[in-house]
Amino acid sequence: MDQQFSLFARMGKDLPLTVLHELIRELLVGRVMTSDVLSLTSDTSMQEVKDLMREHRISGLPIVDEGELVGIVSVQDLIHALEQQALERPVADFMTANPFTVHLKEPVVEALRKLESTGVGRLLVVDDHDKLAGILTKGDIVAGLLTALQELYNEAEALQLKRRPSYFFEALESDDTSLTLRYRVHFGDFTLGGQASARIKQALLQIGATPQLARRVAIATYEAEINLIIHTDDGGSIVAEIHPTQITVIAHDAGPGIPDIELARRAGYSTASEIAREMGFGAGMGLVNINRCTDDLNIWSAVGVGTRLEMMFNVPPEEVTVKN
Amino acid sequence: MKTNEIVAAITGKLVIPPAMDIDLNCGFGSDLMSDVLIFARPQMLLITGLTNVQAVRTAEMADIPAIIFVRGKQPQPEVLELAEEIGIGIILSAYTMYETCGLLYQAGLPALGKIETVQ
Repeated sequence: MDQQFSLFARMGKDLPLTVLHELIRELLVGRVMTSDVLSLTSDTSMQEVKDLMREHRISGLPIVDEGELVGIVSVQDLIHALEQQALERPVADFMTANPFTVHLKEPVVEALRKLESTGVGRLLVVDDHDKLAGILTKGDIVAGLLTALQELYNEAEALQLKRRPSYFFEALESDDTSLTLRYRVHFGDFTLGGQASARIKQALLQIGATPQLARRVAIATYEAEINLIIHTDDGGSIVAEIHPTQITVIAHDAGPGIPDIELARRAGYSTASEIAREMGFGAGMGLVNINRCTDDLNIWSAVGVGTRLEMMFNVPPEEVTVKN
Repeated sequence: MKTNEIVAAITGKLVIPPAMDIDLNCGFGSDLMSDVLIFARPQMLLITGLTNVQAVRTAEMADIPAIIFVRGKQPQPEVLELAEEIGIGIILSAYTMYETCGLLYQAGLPALGKIETVQ
């Protein structure tokens, strides 16, 4: 039990209750029942019932005569026979006739309801012709649910693996594959500001980048995007090139250009407008933060021409080497 | 600290529940988004008086699960829409920044501790 739940912990997820709710509705009785069932005829003696129960460590046995399910005998019935010192009598005298059954194509939730409402410990499972197909206890249901959860976990893990960047890029054959995302950023547009960065982050997560890498790229790109909104004449563009081992994000604009890049890189230096400050920016920390988030940073700028900010991020090796 | 504990500590109003009710492990109060971007940690609560879309965008970039807007400020509908779309929790506090932070600190939400000088 513990082991199963730790599987979900390893996935970084709580086991959601809805998963169990769905499972007991989807899972069919036929999949979780014990199908290799020992059965007896109604003329078997209670002595034999006692021996079989002890030998096979079972607490209930279905009674089948000429292929027809006629009853069930439980430990309770055996106790009655023992009390009456009547072990030589046939099981027909002690069994419960017309036992509770469940169809093998019914969902587990139905079986649970029947177990609950009747108070019996086991249900006999029948097929389309009302023939005995198996036996179902609460234990079978728990075991079946755990197996189904394990399968779900394996599927999720396989999916996770497929979503890693290596897998994504391996599926596309070329000498050098990369994915390029381009965005236009408008000057003064604080409402849409951050959208390009948000989409780059989502794309990275989608192709399987770690949250840490996606976050690092997103923060640096967001600072650059805000710079385009605050400091340019006419906005600019953001181009993200995603390579299996490196991500490059270029923020480019056509002016006004930075007169003194060294000064601009200094913490606290700002030329931001009042409106930019109102939006929570312009504290002179943009380039400082970008520098912290990137593995390599190149700034090229000329007054009256424009600025090009090139941010490089290395993809940690484990993200590109993981294979099945 | 869970969302409901945070709301209770500041007698605030939860207007958008976070997509996942993550246990928040520290708080950071600032109206400067650049500072938030520098100091943010995943699972951090942002406390701010800046009620525009950039506060929500900043939270999105920095993996911040929830934001408290202080000083009784009511954010514009587009701010709430964006937060809901991304899944970032929004809590409103009638207290000032100082008092909101004080109440949360008192209730046991840790801070970041001493910050190394940023150059």
